Amino acid sequence: MTAVTADTQEAYEAVFDAAVAADERIEPRDWMPEAYRATLVRQIAQHAHSEIIGMQPEANWITRAPSLRRKAILMAKVQDEAGHGLYLYSAAETLGTSRDELLDKLHTGRQKYSSIFNYPTLTWADVGAIGWLVDGAAITNQVPLCRCSYGPYARAMVRICKEESFHQRQGYESLLALSRGTPEQHAMAQDAVNRWWWPSLMMFGPPDDESSHSAQSMAWKIKRHSNDELRQRFVDICVPQAETLGLTLPDPDLRWNEERGHYDFGRIDWTEFWEVLKGNGPCNEQRITQRRRAHEEGAWVREAAAAYAAKHGEAKA
Amino acid sequence: MPAAVSTAAALALGDDALVLSHRLGEWAGHAPVLEEEVALANIALDLLGQARVLLSLVGDEDELAYLREERAFRNVQLVEQPNGDFAHTIVRQLYFSTYQRLLYGRLAAAGEGEFTGLAAKAVKEVAYHQDHAEQWTLRLGDGTAESHRRTQRACTALWRFTGELFQPVAGLDVDWQELESDWLASVTAVLERATLTVPDGPRTGAWSAGAGRQGLHTESFGRMLAEMQHLHRSHPGASW
Repeated sequence: MTAVTADTQEAYEAVFDAAVAADERIEPRDWMPEAYRATLVRQIAQHAHSEIIGMQPEANWITRAPSLRRKAILMAKVQDEAGHGLYLYSAAETLGTSRDELLDKLHTGRQKYSSIFNYPTLTWADVGAIGWLVDGAAITNQVPLCRCSYGPYARAMVRICKEESFHQRQGYESLLALSRGTPEQHAMAQDAVNRWWWPSLMMFGPPDDESSHSAQSMAWKIKRHSNDELRQRFVDICVPQAETLGLTLPDPDLRWNEERGHYDFGRIDWTEFWEVLKGNGPCNEQRITQRRRAHEEGAWVREAAAAYAAKHGEAKA
Repeated sequence: MPAAVSTAAALALGDDALVLSHRLGEWAGHAPVLEEEVALANIALDLLGQARVLLSLVGDEDELAYLREERAFRNVQLVEQPNGDFAHTIVRQLYFSTYQRLLYGRLAAAGEGEFTGLAAKAVKEVAYHQDHAEQWTLRLGDGTAESHRRTQRACTALWRFTGELFQPVAGLDVDWQELESDWLASVTAVLERATLTVPDGPRTGAWSAGAGRQGLHTESFGRMLAEMQHLHRSHPGASW
């Protein structure tokens, strides 16, 4: 390895800063600050982990889906999520890490996944609420990432956002069917929205003044908008959608503010947010245990594939 | 072709696909590698698609899936077998997909009849399923000592459910004996390449052959249906 002198380091940084300023894409072989690389690995890995852990709350209902059409939609969605996880691990690998290393960090709790998936799916309506609210929040977060400064991540997000939008519409349509269905179905839908609304707002992360990575990520154009901006945008989108659904949002302080041109909304329970993040949510233990178990119980299968490849001269997949 | 006859055939083929799809759906979130999350869900979806077409030929797909009891299902017992470990799931898939590929190949080639269109589309899907199962059988059989042992155990455990696949189904104009010998030749070739021993036990149980096709199932099937049907049955007449 050749030593980088202070002069060349400065020159590299200048080229990098200029590229970011000009909205050019940074590509895997380009020089980048180590902190930029580390931030991206952390963010992309966490995103990939969220897709993988996020399969669990929905897969929980595959075997109980109430119609064959809904069952097919749900299976296709969970399959897409595994695919999104694969794209994102590939994007992370362009930064010099490996999927095995990242999965190991997930399994040992050194990397996180979205806290939303630590909530349980208790009724069928939760599947629709996740589609509408959780995927809706994810899209609000992720669409700006299609313009993220790191090329492989931005390109993965373009593909992912298309599929996520499709899931979101299906979730909304599923909730609509429940809301307009029998009184029991309507009540099921309302109950699910009551339980998923606040956790969905928490998906945008801590308030701007408590968000440790935000300023740097915005300067690097990894992030384009602050947590609170995106959260406000999401609330503004959801309120009329809830009205069309014929469902209410569980917030007595929610009302239109003519002056701001936005909906005002109530205070998020940040204590709950930090507790879930620390591992004390309703399903943290269960989610990670299932993920670890799938990985451990699959070890002999992966070993068999490797042994076969070695015997038969196949390149490792 | 009288309607009652083709109903038996559509239910037999449709129930096979529905039940195996359900079993594969149980793998979601539990697969040994992410690529298999995608592959198993993909196969499950193909099968569910086939089931929906076939059941719709007979009546309302949801009524048929969710409101029949155990004794009214016509699937073979092979497809209702619990997933077990990954080897068990793969061998079940090898046995079944080989059968489906040969059967749909014949139905598609027949050129006329109610199932020709479905078979022509499905045969492409099941060729992929069969290839996936075959590739994994090779890797597991000829992988490590442990994977070999597990796969051999699965081959033997599931062997006695394979005879039922070739019990004639009313409404399907197929040479069942020829289908069976082609199936045996194909499966034997794969198992041998995978360094596995072709089981020598009986291919049917003590029940009269064709039990599943007559609505006689294994014990785990009722529990599977209880889970599958519970929500639908809790809301009679609701639409989803």
